[in-house]
Amino acid sequence: MVNVVWLALLVSGIVVAGLNGEIEVVTKAAMDSAQAGVNIAIEIIGLMALWLGLMRIAQEAGMINLLAKIVRPITRFLFPTVPQDHPAMGAIIMNISANILGLGNAATPFGLKAMQELQKLNENPDEASEAMCTFLALNTSCITLIPATIIGIRVAAGSSNPTEIVGPTIFATTTGTIVAITADKILQKRYRKRSRR
Amino acid sequence: MLLNIISQVSRWAIPFLLLTIPVAGFLRGIKVYETFVEGAEEGFETAVRIIPFLVGMLVAIGVFRASGAMDMFVRLINPVMSLIGAPGEVLPLAVMRPLSGGGALGIATELIGVHGPESFIGRLASTMQGSTDTTFYVLTVYFGSVGIRKYRYALTLGLLADVSGLLASIFICNLMFGS
Repeated sequence: MVNVVWLALLVSGIVVAGLNGEIEVVTKAAMDSAQAGVNIAIEIIGLMALWLGLMRIAQEAGMINLLAKIVRPITRFLFPTVPQDHPAMGAIIMNISANILGLGNAATPFGLKAMQELQKLNENPDEASEAMCTFLALNTSCITLIPATIIGIRVAAGSSNPTEIVGPTIFATTTGTIVAITADKILQKRYRKRSRR
Repeated sequence: MLLNIISQVSRWAIPFLLLTIPVAGFLRGIKVYETFVEGAEEGFETAVRIIPFLVGMLVAIGVFRASGAMDMFVRLINPVMSLIGAPGEVLPLAVMRPLSGGGALGIATELIGVHGPESFIGRLASTMQGSTDTTFYVLTVYFGSVGIRKYRYALTLGLLADVSGLLASIFICNLMFGS
């Protein structure tokens, strides 16, 4: 599916620009975006190093294990295929915690770490495992208690009540998470059946 | 009051972690600095590994957006949006949100600035921005970092989460802030 989406984005963009007689827009957008991809990666190196460094300390000090033990009933339900004391679990928990607190920048390094650990458990390294799909579903839908960035923008726009959207955001993200987890369990079963045939 | 608590939490969250984790590690007898450096080394490698995936996805999204194809797509699905109680103005945000975090934030900032943070559009845009994630970015970067090429049903799942987050935002905003 990602191949189709990727191709559709490119083709529709080029066709529309061509029909509008503005094909040079495509050239500029492609070159700028390629550069932006590299810039983003360079920008996150520092943050990645900082958070993964801190996480290593937290791990060796046993703090992540403690956190993992507390939320074990939930993670056992969500990730039945991952051994509960596996390092992947700690990274997943840190990633989700950062997302819940609205610390998007801190979430990415933990997410990447979680992926690397989940990949070690993956039987088919070319294809996403069930646990990876569940993790991504949680990650993209994640319940957010403090949408920090948007609150900041509302403050900057002179809002008299910048946090009035916190309640609606919690409601919307909770709905999204419930849908994502339910869909994950359903798709998982369907996919298993199909691959057995 | 609530704003004060939230802004204090935001201000203190990172310094708090920077303080408690190393101190706790030290108290447990860990060589905190050396352990930190060991972990940090991984960060560099991972960041470099995701570059090709980022470039591929950002180029496609950049072309789609700059060419005007995205605007056409927005006009195409506009009637559907008005049916479910969302003003057309927020549609570009809904379409951009799964594609690009920076792009969506730009649109949301503009909507809040133009219509005002206390307008229906401003509130809806705020909720939408906080409620969904940049699924394409997350998928590209996360899967790219470990070399996974077959996404299984992850993309469907991510988009489903985005759509339900968006619909829930529209629903709750109409309920709470609607006229």
